[in-house]
Amino acid sequence: MKEFQEGSKAVADIVSLCKPGVISAYPITPQTHIVEELAQLVADGKLNSQFINVESEHSAASVVLGAAATGVRSYTATSSQGLFYMAEVIFNIAGMRLPLVLTCANRAISAPINIWNDQQDSISLRDSGWIQLYAEDIQEAVDLHLIGYRISEDKSMMLPVMVCMDGFILTHGIEVVDMPQQQEVDKFLPSYKPLYKLDVENPISMGLLADPDYYTETRYAIHDTMKDALTFIPKVTAEFAKVFGRNYNGLLEEYRTKDAERVIVSMGSVCGTIKEVVDELRAKGKKVGLVKITSFRPFPAAAVFDALKDIPKVAILDKSVSLGSYAPLAVEIKAAFFAKKKAPKIISSFVAGLGGRDITKDSIKEVFSLLTNKERPCEFIDLKPELLRESYE
Amino acid sequence: MFGPLIVKAGTSKNNKTGSWRTESRPKFLKKNCIACKMCRVICPEGCITGDQKNSYDCDYAFCKGCGNCAMICPKQDIIMIKEEAKE
Repeated sequence: MKEFQEGSKAVADIVSLCKPGVISAYPITPQTHIVEELAQLVADGKLNSQFINVESEHSAASVVLGAAATGVRSYTATSSQGLFYMAEVIFNIAGMRLPLVLTCANRAISAPINIWNDQQDSISLRDSGWIQLYAEDIQEAVDLHLIGYRISEDKSMMLPVMVCMDGFILTHGIEVVDMPQQQEVDKFLPSYKPLYKLDVENPISMGLLADPDYYTETRYAIHDTMKDALTFIPKVTAEFAKVFGRNYNGLLEEYRTKDAERVIVSMGSVCGTIKEVVDELRAKGKKVGLVKITSFRPFPAAAVFDALKDIPKVAILDKSVSLGSYAPLAVEIKAAFFAKKKAPKIISSFVAGLGGRDITKDSIKEVFSLLTNKERPCEFIDLKPELLRESYE
Repeated sequence: MFGPLIVKAGTSKNNKTGSWRTESRPKFLKKNCIACKMCRVICPEGCITGDQKNSYDCDYAFCKGCGNCAMICPKQDIIMIKEEAKE
């Protein structure tokens, strides 16, 4: 049924339809509305789930780790500092091969404190062993939660999934959402049957000491499963399309890239703005396009290669930066062309939208105009030089 | 693919953990032992076995070389020797 809904409310509704047995979260802007709504659903008796109140994100993550370990479908959500406070548990959840879905309402990182959107929080946890999927709009955010549980709980995966949605832009934005019906959700996502669980009748150990004789294999196994996920994710999205009629590739989306001479690669909600600019420029006869990365982990290097190998000029637009090095998505794209015969002549990297600074259509047009024969290793867009000074003396 | 992570209980018994031992290991001299069992009781790994006088020994596949057994032996009948030393 199509409804005009706030992103957070829509996510809470789809999570509710997924029937998690345990929800635990600590409020943090801009994630709050999601868990507030879930708490309300539980309090109203509309969702039969245990909502466990905790004193911090570290505890929230620990609670859902424990719940998942006992074989219960679980859910949590957070943002920014909250995700960082969860960080050690985040690695543990993946290390223990526990299925889980977490919503990261993407927000900038302190200091200086900033509650607005960029993607530095989830990007900084890219090596944690979580599958990371980035949503472009509210509908995709909703659908990725459902898809996320299916991927996560599959016996061949058993990895947690982080659904990343841009804070405020998607969490507080309002769009028309086609909300799946319970019957369809139940068909697509049957009740969770754990491959292993903590059970006093049949005791097992999870995440215990692995000395040098054992540790490497635990990491290799996750790394190898991530590679399998590159073929598994599109299978799940194809099945999703059959039930719900919405087609996602799950790894990346190519938008008007056929015959394109200049293409922007990006992730998340900004892809919607880029599509609009692409349409405008195409109407004027400019051969431009977009490649939207949905899955950042696992990173679909082969699909990226196929999508961009014949494009002469590629710009990567990051909403985060690895300070002292390059922008994270740019690094991945460049690595995808390492030692390849076919590659774009120019791969330029741009950073924009940090701490909630709007990436406007003009910002996107500037990226296209700066995508010249001069390769740019890491260019900041919309920078205000007047705010910068060399020293405090 | 799964690594050796989700496991049945009892891994501390099944997995050899003696690779932690780096510097020295206990040597049971078996000369003045009075079978007081103190070494067996204090061993944090529970890897010392024995019952009668001069019968005590440890399983080096689990011994971490902490030296507690040598320290507590009232007869100094257990000594710590360099890992590379021969018996």
